[in-house]
Parts: sequence; C-alpha cells; structure tokens
Amino acid sequence: MPRRDDIETILVIGAGPIVIGQACEFDYSGTQACKALAAEGFRVVLINSNPATIMTDPEYAAATYVEPLTLSAVAKVIEREKPDALLPTVGGQTALNLAVQLAEAGILRENGVRLIGANLQAIRAAEDRRLFRAAMVAEGLPVPRATAVGTLEAAGEVAAELGLPLVIRPSFTLGGEGGAVAFNVPEFECAVARGLDVSPICEVLVEESVLGWKEFELEVMRDLADNVVVICSIENVDPMGVHTGDSITVAPAQTLSDVEYQRLRDMAQAVIRRVGVETGGSNVQFAVSPEDGRVVVIEINPRVSRSSALASKATGFPIAKIAAKLAVGLTLDEIPNDITRETPACFEPTVDYVVVKVPRWNFEKFPGAEDYLTTSMKSVGETMALGRTFGEALQKALRSLEAGHEGLAADGLNRLDGDDLRERLRVPNPDRIFYIKLALQRGWSEADVARTTGIDPWFVRQINKLVELEGELGAFDLTSAPDELLRKAKRAGFGDGQLARLWGAAEEDVRRRREGAAVVPVFKAVDTCAAEFEAYTPYYYSTYEEENEAPRGEGRAVVILGAGPNRIGQGIEFDYCCVHAAVAFRELGHDVVMVNNNPETVSTDYDTSTRLYFEPLNLEEVLAVVSSERPEGVVVQFGGQTPLKLAGPLQAAGVVILGTSPDAIDLAEDRERFGRLLGELGIPRPEYGTAFSLAEAREAAARVGFPVLVRPSYVLGGRAMAICYDERALAHYAAEAAEVSPAKPMLVDRFLEDAFEADVDAVADGDDVYIGGIMQHIEEAGIHSGDSAAVIPPFLIKQVHLETIRDYTRRLALALGVRGLINIQFAVKEDVVYVLEVNPRASRTVPFVSKATGVPLAKVAARIIAGRTLAEQGLAGEGRAPGHFVKECVFPFDRFPGVDTVLGPEMKSTGEVMSGASTFGLAFGKAQLASGYHVPLRGTAFVSVNDNDKDNVVPIARDLAALGFKLVASRGTAARLRREGLNVEPVFKVNEGRPNVADRVVSGEIDLIINTPMGRESFYDDVTVRRAARARGILVVTTLSAARATVEAARVLRQNVATVQSLQDVHGARLAK
Amino acid sequence: MILEDGRTFRGDGFGSTGLALGEVVFNTAITGYQEILTDPSYAGQIVALTYPHIGNYGVNEDDVESRGIFLAALVVRSYEDFYSNWRATASLGEYLERHGVVGLSGVDTRTLTRHIREAGAMRGAVAAGRYDEGDVLEQVLASPPMAGRDLVRDVTRERVEVFSPAEGDVRWRVAALDCGIKNNILRELTRRGVEVTVFPATASAGEISSSEPDGFFISNGPGDPAALPYVVDLVKNFLGRLPVFGICLGHQILGLALGGRTYKLKFGHHGANHPVKNLATGRVEITSQNHGFAVDAASLPAGIRVTHVNLNDDTVEGLRADDCAAMSLQYHPEAAPGPHDASYNVDVFLELLERRTQKTFGF
Repeated sequence: MPRRDDIETILVIGAGPIVIGQACEFDYSGTQACKALAAEGFRVVLINSNPATIMTDPEYAAATYVEPLTLSAVAKVIEREKPDALLPTVGGQTALNLAVQLAEAGILRENGVRLIGANLQAIRAAEDRRLFRAAMVAEGLPVPRATAVGTLEAAGEVAAELGLPLVIRPSFTLGGEGGAVAFNVPEFECAVARGLDVSPICEVLVEESVLGWKEFELEVMRDLADNVVVICSIENVDPMGVHTGDSITVAPAQTLSDVEYQRLRDMAQAVIRRVGVETGGSNVQFAVSPEDGRVVVIEINPRVSRSSALASKATGFPIAKIAAKLAVGLTLDEIPNDITRETPACFEPTVDYVVVKVPRWNFEKFPGAEDYLTTSMKSVGETMALGRTFGEALQKALRSLEAGHEGLAADGLNRLDGDDLRERLRVPNPDRIFYIKLALQRGWSEADVARTTGIDPWFVRQINKLVELEGELGAFDLTSAPDELLRKAKRAGFGDGQLARLWGAAEEDVRRRREGAAVVPVFKAVDTCAAEFEAYTPYYYSTYEEENEAPRGEGRAVVILGAGPNRIGQGIEFDYCCVHAAVAFRELGHDVVMVNNNPETVSTDYDTSTRLYFEPLNLEEVLAVVSSERPEGVVVQFGGQTPLKLAGPLQAAGVVILGTSPDAIDLAEDRERFGRLLGELGIPRPEYGTAFSLAEAREAAARVGFPVLVRPSYVLGGRAMAICYDERALAHYAAEAAEVSPAKPMLVDRFLEDAFEADVDAVADGDDVYIGGIMQHIEEAGIHSGDSAAVIPPFLIKQVHLETIRDYTRRLALALGVRGLINIQFAVKEDVVYVLEVNPRASRTVPFVSKATGVPLAKVAARIIAGRTLAEQGLAGEGRAPGHFVKECVFPFDRFPGVDTVLGPEMKSTGEVMSGASTFGLAFGKAQLASGYHVPLRGTAFVSVNDNDKDNVVPIARDLAALGFKLVASRGTAARLRREGLNVEPVFKVNEGRPNVADRVVSGEIDLIINTPMGRESFYDDVTVRRAARARGILVVTTLSAARATVEAARVLRQNVATVQSLQDVHGARLAK
Repeated sequence: MILEDGRTFRGDGFGSTGLALGEVVFNTAITGYQEILTDPSYAGQIVALTYPHIGNYGVNEDDVESRGIFLAALVVRSYEDFYSNWRATASLGEYLERHGVVGLSGVDTRTLTRHIREAGAMRGAVAAGRYDEGDVLEQVLASPPMAGRDLVRDVTRERVEVFSPAEGDVRWRVAALDCGIKNNILRELTRRGVEVTVFPATASAGEISSSEPDGFFISNGPGDPAALPYVVDLVKNFLGRLPVFGICLGHQILGLALGGRTYKLKFGHHGANHPVKNLATGRVEITSQNHGFAVDAASLPAGIRVTHVNLNDDTVEGLRADDCAAMSLQYHPEAAPGPHDASYNVDVFLELLERRTQKTFGF
C-alpha cells in the first residue's frame, strides 16, 4: 500500500520533560518519527515542552512548539496549524494520555484531526485494565485473575477472595507509578489507598500475584495490511515483581525453547490484533511460570516505549522510524531495511550476540528513600552492552554504569556487608547482582541463590562462571597468568581494571601484557541478520574473537565520546550536544565515530554518526576504538563529566584531544590552579578553603565565614553538597555525609546567601568569544543550578553587572585557551560579581540557550574544533533572545514517598521544560504549567521576605492585592506592608507558635508562597513550609524576580490570552543552522 | 574444524568424538536447536548456529522431528552444559553423545558465517579427537559434493507407517512420501483430521495407489533434488490424478516433475526469519526455512504459477499448478522450529482435497 495522500500535516506530541519512567528514549523515537514523516513528504508539526531534545530542533519539523503539554496548549496548536492527523504513539504515556483527552474533549473531531498509529478504541483497550482483560478473555488469552476497584472496601473483598500476596496497579499512570506488591493486610491497604490517589481516574486493579514468575517482553510491529512481525524478545533477569525498567534484562530470551517462544509470539500477535493497534510498534509483556510453563499476558503498550528503544538498539531495527511510516499507510514489505539495503523491513531481526541492559539508580540523592525495587520504576537511566556471551555483556554493562564497578567479579568494591545477605537476595534492590556474587563467593549453592532470588538458575550459573573464573585468575599474577587464561578472562568480559585489581597491578600494565600476548578486541557488526547479508550501516561492539569487521580508519574520523547512562546531573542535555557535534562534523565532511552505551539516546541511533561503537566509556574501550579507527582525535567536551575525566588519561596514552586541551580542563577543575588564575585576572570568587580533617574544615569555615557551602572534592551534580550555617551543622556534615579524610578532602566555600546567580554558556575559538546567553536563576542562591528555574535574558541584574559578567566570561575563556564550549556560574552580591564555577565543556543549559537565541551553540563549538573560527561562522558578541524564555525543572519526589523535597545545592531534578513568551510573567507561568505546577489565579498569598527585599516586595504585594489575592504575611513583612496601606493578616512562622504558616499550608488555606531566604534563623522554618507546600503542589517562589513573574503570569493567565508560538515564528529567518 | 578451502576453526568438543564430514551451512534461528538436530533435511551437513549460547534450555522428549539426528556435526560459539527449563530432561551434550554426534564449541561462528556467505557453502570436517590436519583436509576433498547427491535413500523410512488423528473422524487419507519427513508435518495433518500413510521414498506408484489416498504429499528432505529422478518419476504418476502438496525438497521435486529446473543456492536459506510474500493476498509471512537448492522460476512451463516469493532475494517460495491441483512450498508451514505464520497453507491443501472430492462426486 502506498503512503496515504489524504493527509498533509501531521501533529506529533512529544513526551515532555525527562521524568522517571519517561526518559530520552522518547526523544530518540520522536526524532526518528519526525524525520521519517518529513522524508515521506508530510508537513510535521511538533509540540514538546522539553528543550533538551533533538526532536525540538527547528529542522525536524515545519513548526516546532516548545509549549506546555496541556490540553489547552495542544488545542491552541491544533487551531493554529490545522493538522490532518495526530500521531500519539511516539511521545510515551504523556502523548497517549493527551490524545485521549483531546479526543474526549471533542477537539480532534471539531478540527477534523484523525488519530494515526493507534485509534482511541485501541488506546482504551490497552490502557484501561478492565477493557484489556475483557479483550484478552474474549480472545481466549490467559490473564492473571484480577478485579478493578474504586474503593478500599471493594479492594478488601477482592483480597479476601484471591489471597495475599497481591499486586496493586493504579490505572493510567506513568511507568507503573503507584504500583506495589502487598504481602500483608496493612501493606495492602496502604498500597490501595496510594494507588487510588495517584490514579487519575481513581481506580486500581487488584491482581493475583505472579511474583517470581519469569518475565518476557516481545516487541511487535503491525502494518495496515495486517502483517505482524516480532522485532525482539527480551527476558527479564529479575523475575516478576520488579518493574521492567528496574530489571536487568537480556535480549534475546535465553531460557525458552522454540516451542515456548513461538507460543509467546502467537499470543503477542493475537494481543496486538485483538486490542486493535492498527499500525506501529507495541510491547507485549508475559509472565511464565517456571514450574510448568503456564503463561499469562500482563499488558500491552500500544506505542513505542523504553523497551522498543532497547529492542531497536539491540537489533539494529529502527522501530520508531518504521512505526511512523506504517502510520501513514506504508506496509512493512515496502520499506527497505537500511542496514542490509537489499532486504525489506518486513522480517524478524536475528542476532548473534547477547544484549544486557542494566538500570542506573540515584537512591543516594534521596536520603530516606528505601532502596528496594517494586513494580513502580525508580531508576533514572540505563546502560546496554553487547557481547558474545551473557557474562561478557553483563560485565560490560556494569562497567558502563559509572557507578564505580569495573564489572561483576573482582570489581574491588567491598562495601557490601553480608550480614543480612539472605534478605538482600530475597528483596530486590539495586545491588542485588553484587550480593548474588557475594553469596556465590561465600559458597552458597547456585540452587540456593536461584531459589532465594527467584532468578532463573541459568542466569545464576552464568554469574557463578564469572565467580569461578575470578577464583581461577586469583591463583596467578600479572606475569604468571598464562596467555590462554588471559584470553578466557577477556572473553568473559573482564576489564583490564578488574584484572589489575585482582593482580595488584596497574591497569596500564595489564593492557601492555595483554597487547604483548596479542589478546586484543575485535569489533563485530550489529546487522539485524546474524551476518547472513552484508551490512551497510556500521554499528559495532567489541569482543574477543577472530575477525575484526570494523573498517580500518583512514585518519579522517573524529571520535565523539558520549555521556553514558542518564543520571541526575548528567542527562539528555549532553546527548543533545553530542548529536549536534556529530551533525556539525559530518556537515564539514568528517567521518564521525560515536562511542556511547546509553540505549535511550539519539546519539546511539546508527544514522547519527558515520560509525557507532556501543561500548563502555572507559579508557580501555575508548583506546581500543581509537586504535582501530586511528582518528584525527577525540572530542571530550560534549558528553559531560564522563568523557572529560578521560581527557588526561587519553592524552597520556598518546591520543590527540581535539578542542580545549586537557591541561586547560585541569586548570579549570583544579581549585588551587584555578584560584591562582583568577587572582592573576583579578576576578573575585567566594573565599574558599580545602580541608583534610574536621579541624581544618572548622578553621576554613571560620576564615571564610558562615554560612559555608561544603562538598567532597570531586562531585557531579552537586553530589553530597550542603550549606552549613554553623559549626554544629559542619561537624554533622563532616561525620555523616562526606567522611573527610586525607584521601578525600572536603571543599569549604563561603556561601553567598541572597545573591543573584547567573549561568553563562559561551563558545571560544582562541581569539574570540561568543556569549550564547546569560541566564539568571530565579530560585534563591544555593539551589543547584540544575534545580533552579532560569530566565533569559536576565531580569533584575543591573546592566553594569551584566557587563562585568561578559567581561569575565571573555577573559576566562581566552585565558583558559578554550576551543569550544565553556559554562561559567556567577553570583552577584552587594555589587560584586563573583565567579562560582567554570566548566570548559558543554553544560546542561546549552540546549535551552540555543533554542532561546536560535544559535545552536554545540554545533558552533564543533565547527570551532574542526577549525572554523567564530568570525568565519559569522558570530560575534552575544546571542539575542527574541522575547523571554524560562527554563523550569521537574523532580522525581513522587517516586520516593517520604523523602525530603527541599531543594539545595545537591541536584535532584531529572528534567526540564522551557517556555517562551513576550513577557517574563507569561513565560514563567507557562513554564510552571509545563512542569506540572499551577500559577494560582486567585486565593491567598503568603509573603515573607528578608530585610533586603522588604522595599521591593511592596509593589508585588500591591499587585497581588489588586488581582484580588488575600494577603497573609510573617510579622515583619506584614508590618511593612501594612505601613503601605495594604490589608494583610499576620501569621506565625513555624518557630513562633501554632497555628503557623505550615499549618495553614497543610489545611489548604494558602495558594501561593513568596519566601526569600533569611539566613540561619529561618532556614529550618523555610524548609518546613516548603516541604508542606510541595506535598500539596503549591507554588513557592524564593526570589523577587520570580515573585514579579508570578504576579504577571497570574494576570495574563486570568485573561486567558496565553498564546502558543513556534520556534520558527519566534526566530524567523534568523534561525541559524 | 577444517573447510575445503583450508580455512580452520578451533574449538572444544562436546557430545560425541570422531570425525564428521559434510557440507558446512549456517542457521540463523535463535531457538530450536533440538528440532534442527532431528530434522532429516540436514543429513550430510555440518550445521553452524549463529546464535552464540546454545544448550540453555536442554533437550526434552517432545521437540523431536524424526527418529534420530541426521546432521553430521553441530558447531556453536558457546555450548551451555547447564540447562534450565521445566520440560528439559537432558543436556544438549548428553543428547549428542547418545546419538553419536560430534559437537564443537568455542568457534567464532560469525566469522565462519561471513566466510560461507562470501565463499558459498562448502565441504568441511569437524574432527573431535587427535587428527592430522592434512589427512582430514584430504578426506574433505575426497568427500562427495552436495550437488548431485542423493541423501534421501539414507534418511527415508524402511516400512510404510500409518498416522491417524488422535481424536475425531478421519476426513481425508493422504499418502506421504518420506524423503526425510518431519514429525510436525504429520502432527499438522493429523490434527486436521487427516490420516497419513507414510511410504518410503523408494515405494512404487502401485503400492501408493493401492492405499487409495485422497491426496499425495511429498516431504522435505536432504540433498540435491536433481539426483532423485526416481522420485520425480514417481510423483509424475500422481500429477493430475490426486491433489499434490510438496514441502521443501518436495517442492523442488514437484517443480522438476512439472518440467522446471532446480539450481544450487550460494549458501542456502537456513533460519526462522525469512519474509515470504503470498502473491495472492499480498500478506507477508515470517517463515522457517532450510534449503540449499531452489526452483528456477524462468524454467517453469506455462500454466504453473509462482504463488509465493522470498522478499530477501526474490527466489521462488511456492508453486501452484491449477490444472492438476498441485501446490508446493519451499519453506516450512509446519515450522518446528520457527514462526507459525505459514500454517494456513496446510488448510489450503485440505481445500484442494475438498474440491477434488466434490468434483469426483460430480462426475
């Protein structure tokens, strides 16, 4: 069937900000879909609130709306753009839910918009558990016994019938949010109550537990001719009971015979047909009893998903791209397989390797969160690795995590205590794989481990093989180990670092020894067909085999190192920058070699680079790629801290680092060296000290003055960073959080309370500096820049200080010899501009600044690295934002019930949204909407500001009153406002008595909080109020800039004149490529 | 392991020991090693599996396609002695040993596959034990090539055997010629109410006719169809007299009997993911395949329709001779191993039987 010609314009809805359960896999699939639809000649209109996505780059759609993913914003886009069709299946649950809302509100029908990919009935049949069950039963497909209920009482009746344990699944939530397994009655009641609360339709399914059953997923595609193919099977190593996003998974399925696999395949086909997903990719999940093979269908996702991204990367089959083509009427046999070129996409990929995915968690960021795993996803990222065996792939995936592991065996981490080993094996947790190793090492039988964990004995056997091999290796040292054993270890996925630890040698010596024995890796291609046909799209992984398939490099390639797994502090923004760099280098005629291990990303799409290597980002693996590719050099500045820390070691190994030199990187990162440089340049920074003991920390704090900002010496995303207002807090911090020691110094900085903070992203070519933009934080000082809302252009910083910021930026970039990107954080306090931090690399805000100004900074930087000066690129001075643009952050607190929700210097957000408008207020209001908060349009505002702000808060309070807000305030603020003639009710602060403001917040009597920081006395008070506010979703603004914006937003939003604008309209012809 | 062009691959033996000679082919299916082992079509072949972990789910009593193992040797990247599956009764190694078949593990089967893809399927040997490389190579070069080889006589059963439906009435009686028939073909027919009388490939037309069948079936099997004139002649006896259905080798034999030619493919089709398009419906089915020869479409006389084509290389996957109610498929509608997409074809054959029965009554 040829493509449909009855539609012209297609609206694509993206997935919005990165949250747990919905990460950059939807940028990967959305980008593929937009490209595929445009290539078929359709006009693509896109809406997505997440600026750090490739899909929202203006070249991927005819009109790109970086606007809130709300019913009203999408409706406005539909009214403006008049699309003929809506593709709701590439933007995760967010897009699917919006599509349902649009349909139910009649907006699609009124505007003549058709759903393509999945129709409303199919979405409902898949998403509504009752409809889904009914459909399965009607089709004769097996499902677990279950009943959907809307009340606790009804749930109790079901529980009595089915018996514990039971699974509680809230209807219509993301990534299984609110799902739980209950083993006893209190747990059950608690889980049902919570589930009813988080379900948008107040419904949970109470289900027979298939806990401990084997879990499988099949990625299925269907076209309008009813051809159905299975792209990939995935087996969860962790059995049922752990969300698949939190499970270690393996592709293809390992423990099914053909008869059993084909039965699942038949059922998956029946499910997609019965549910009625007309075209595209779906994910069907099954549970299989290990006792007798009884199968039950768990669910279908009628859209591309995290698993489909994984399946695409695991097989080389681009599910989202093909799904988009199928949605517009093409059939599978009409679409060529890009990789083989000669064969069609209508086939089932086969693999000749094993793929292992391991999740990455960030529990350490959320003290108090219980680190066990359930059916509600908690991981923030994942790594994938390919090997010729399960053990090899597992070790590579663990090494890719950058969580300190060199692999599974002999990873040198002895932090596990085995006291409650059985419990740690029984209850799924992030370290379970390592506890399994520990148990086997302690002589537990494989059968006992399998029984205790519920993990299939085959996987336990594979893990034990690694343990046994570690034992074998331990009998030798670097010189005595036979070559054959060395080869065996490498084939089992042992890294040089693991062997070095095992043998008490340096990693470099292991590498030499290995290369001397000709034990070197080869690269094998991922080709969808197990080598049956020639592959044209080169996508490689390393292994220890006979034949190297990667072409010998001709010295023209540029290697770009990616950012590895998503984690808080290093997310999609860095992948965005890597993709931009790849595109820019390719446009200049370079071959680009991408190295990365995050299967969710656009950078690991095989057509982003000239050649893709799916590898751990460690020195060993990168050197192997370099030695095969013989590139011009390696680029380390786009992938965040991960590649940056490899710069020095790579250079030491003789590799050319392109762009800013490793020495300049070191200069910026070394406090003492950097301090001297600032001294020479006459640029102030907050007083600081370095302490190797608590006594030294006290001394330093006394010298720089409290409050102080403290942190361990090498951190990412403000890990373990804190503000201490007094000695007691400092001592507590040193003892609890940082374990200061001679090997682990602690950094003590003066904390500039109540300062204005600003971020600058700039590019430099050695002679000139171009300032991308200056972003003012609209969160109080001391909140991590990654957690702070920001506005461009700056709002309340004096011109003279902006000039100083520009001056410092230029001088620092030139003094450091930056070639490419640089990010600098500034603070302005009492008319002094301080430099807080310099990062000579891509920053989290590069996509935001690029979209606000229309200048793609990462591409500009890549071109500089490739030799094009700023002048040659026609760039000078500073980027200009046509309007006001606000970046706001989203947080994962809803995943971690009971965890402290107060923001501080340690970053906690997982993602961000952006919005733009002609006024700061409207931009701010839309950003709040996009991040899930609401600017209150009426109600009661609580105002409490420090003495510096008392004058300036008056007009804000007056405006609020004029808008009809009732004002309540703390005593000092109330007195000041009353003097101005405002009607204000005073209220107690938390430490003043009860009922206090926190009580009022909890009672739902406060709709807006304006609270600027007031130092030590009020610090704990503020914390209490904000915690209560966050729990109720009440907007808290902590700077007067934000307060003004809020008032303005409330005014505009009340008039309902909020408009939507496309990037193409905003930037017009200025839009640079 | 040594190939006729001198290329060698080293690995560790499992299963039985000894020297195995045969044509080296690769199979890209991820699951189904037990069915592959017991498929008689692999007689005379050394089979390399491209999926690296083999043995994971052991072997069981059910997933058996014939009375034994017919392939010469099994070559894998990583044999797994430890198995885990609720139906498993033994390890793959034990199974090979019991049947006296040589296994080789630790081979870079991807490199081997790429070599065969480029150079074509070739003769080779797996030597598990102490052997002189030169001697083995000589034996390889002295061994018969696959083209021109009749392996059907080695695998066909010696006596006639009748398979009845386990339940329900017998709707039709079909005579099946055993060129190396897979059990699942029998299962697929009998569960549809067909009583199958299986004859040795050397049976005479008279013997077969005396069983008074409603239809005639030609099975899959090993070797070169062009080396089987006696089978082709036998089939000609029934063309036009009974509805005829051929699978795999049976398809090639039907092609020859209808006047077409067959030729050897470079490295054949062996796997479970080949897309085949049904030209009548436009639908694509993912098929299980195992063949080294193919029917030349250009050689077919008028009146013979190509019903199915392979989307990867446009080779003929199905034939239909309307005037004599004959049909055939190059691939395996009975799967085992592989997807079940094509099983509807068995019903198509039953429709032929049905129509013919009606016609007979009409006369």
